[in-house]
Parts: sequence; structure tokens; C-alpha cells
Amino acid sequence: MALRPEQAKALIAKVMDTRDQEMTCDACVADLATFVEVQLTGTPLSAALQAVHEHLERCHDCADEYHVLRQALAALAEEEGC
Amino acid sequence: MRAPRENASWIRDLRACGPVQAEALTDLRGLLLRGLTKSFQARGDTDQAFVEDVVQQALVHILDHLDQFQGRSRFPTWAMAIAVRLAMSALRRKRWQDVSLESMRAPIEGAPAWDRDDTTSPAQHAEQHAIVATLSRLIDETLTEKQWLALTAELGGMPLEEIARRMGSNVNAVYKLLHDARQQLKHGLATAGYTAEDVRSAFP
Repeated sequence: MALRPEQAKALIAKVMDTRDQEMTCDACVADLATFVEVQLTGTPLSAALQAVHEHLERCHDCADEYHVLRQALAALAEEEGC
Repeated sequence: MRAPRENASWIRDLRACGPVQAEALTDLRGLLLRGLTKSFQARGDTDQAFVEDVVQQALVHILDHLDQFQGRSRFPTWAMAIAVRLAMSALRRKRWQDVSLESMRAPIEGAPAWDRDDTTSPAQHAEQHAIVATLSRLIDETLTEKQWLALTAELGGMPLEEIARRMGSNVNAVYKLLHDARQQLKHGLATAGYTAEDVRSAFP
């Protein structure tokens, strides 16, 4: 298997970032609402929510949902504050 | 101005019949519409009709799954998370609808052109070459065809949900497939004598 350089670098980064235990997407999604609320209030993360944070660093799909959700909730919070 | 509903009131009112439920639905619809409209305006890849359609689907889904709300967040947050999930899923499906898994392999595989750039020393370049050669061998020797197909699609940016759809699987199973593949490659590199520090030095 020959790999192109950029893809090889991306793959190596993913491989080296792999942990023995990683949260699944379903588990992340189940805690995402709580995670965003905690983030928006600036409360320290519990161990369970720290796992969500780590998952978001390596899962583009869940991170994308997190950003949209955070933005939507921030917009509503701003509205309530008016 | 009416005080915001507490979680229990949302559940009670949405489970009610007649005007009580209708009012709660109107309030929830308004919240979801305002939040999603703001959020997607910032992204610029949807229009208002898309947002309204997603909100409608979300309301149906939320009413069908009220018993799954565990109260770990505020109810509107939980409901918004559902709407966001439906929206992102629809966007991913549309974005990737004409792309096959097989077509994702071509940009990944190919003759390596490891020309050294000015920021890489000759020794570092040689080390990069050696690590990638080992990685390529490990891919051939340890990964299944299915693992490699999923890995190339992920590297190409295809969402796991779309990989899963094409494999007739689900997101969790694909995540596990990819996690196992990454672990096998990491273990293979370690067995071949490359420490995490070696790899970090070669690819800073």
C-alpha cells in the first residue's frame, strides 16, 4: 500500500492519538446537551463530561454538532438576556 | 412576561391534550426555530425552508421520545440537541449523496512523493519515509479490506454516519471498526520499534 504524504501524516496523527478506551458517538450524543450547558455556564467538567470533551477532539461529526448546538443555545441565552 | 417553563412543566404540557399541548408545541417550535436559524445563518449552508422542515421533524421526534428525557439538562437544550442532530444528519446525507466508499480510496492511495521541504532535515525526512513504509506494510498485513475502506473514507472527510449507511451498519459499529484499525496500526508501529516519541519527532 503506497500512501500519499498528506494522508499518511493525517493517518499517523490519528493512529498515535488512539486511546485504549474511547467514548462512542452514541455515548457522546447522550451527554452532549449537558456538556454544552456546562460549557456555557463555565462550570468545571466532571470526569464523564471530560470524556465528551476528549471525544469531540477526535470526532469531527460530533464536534460539528457540538458547535451548532452551542451556537443555537448561545443565541437563545442572548435573547433571554435582552 | 410568563416565567420560563421548568422541565417538568414541559413534559406535562407536551403530554397534555388540546390547547395546553398546542401552546407548549408553539413555544417549543419557536425556541427551536430561533436557535437553529441563528446557528445556521452563521454557517451559511442552508435556507429557512430547511430549518423549518427540520424543526417540524424534530417536534414529531421529541413528542415520540418524551420518555427518553432524563432531566440531565434543561428540556429546551435536550430538544435543541435532537433538532441539531436531525439537521446535521440531513446535511451530511445531502453533501455525500453521490460519493461512494470506493471513490474515497483514490486520493489516499498513490505513489508517494516524499520530496523534502525546507523545514525537514534529511535525517527527519528519512525517518518519515521509514515510518510511512512500515505503516503501509502494516495496512497491507493487518487491516481487513473493510477496515481500510472505512479508514480511507474517514481520512477523506466522509462522516461516520455516511460510512455506516454505505456499509449497512451503524455509527457505533463503524467507530469500533475504525478504533480497532487504529489500535492495530499503533500496536504494529510499537512492535516495529517506533515509540510514540520517535513518531512525534519525525512528524512534529
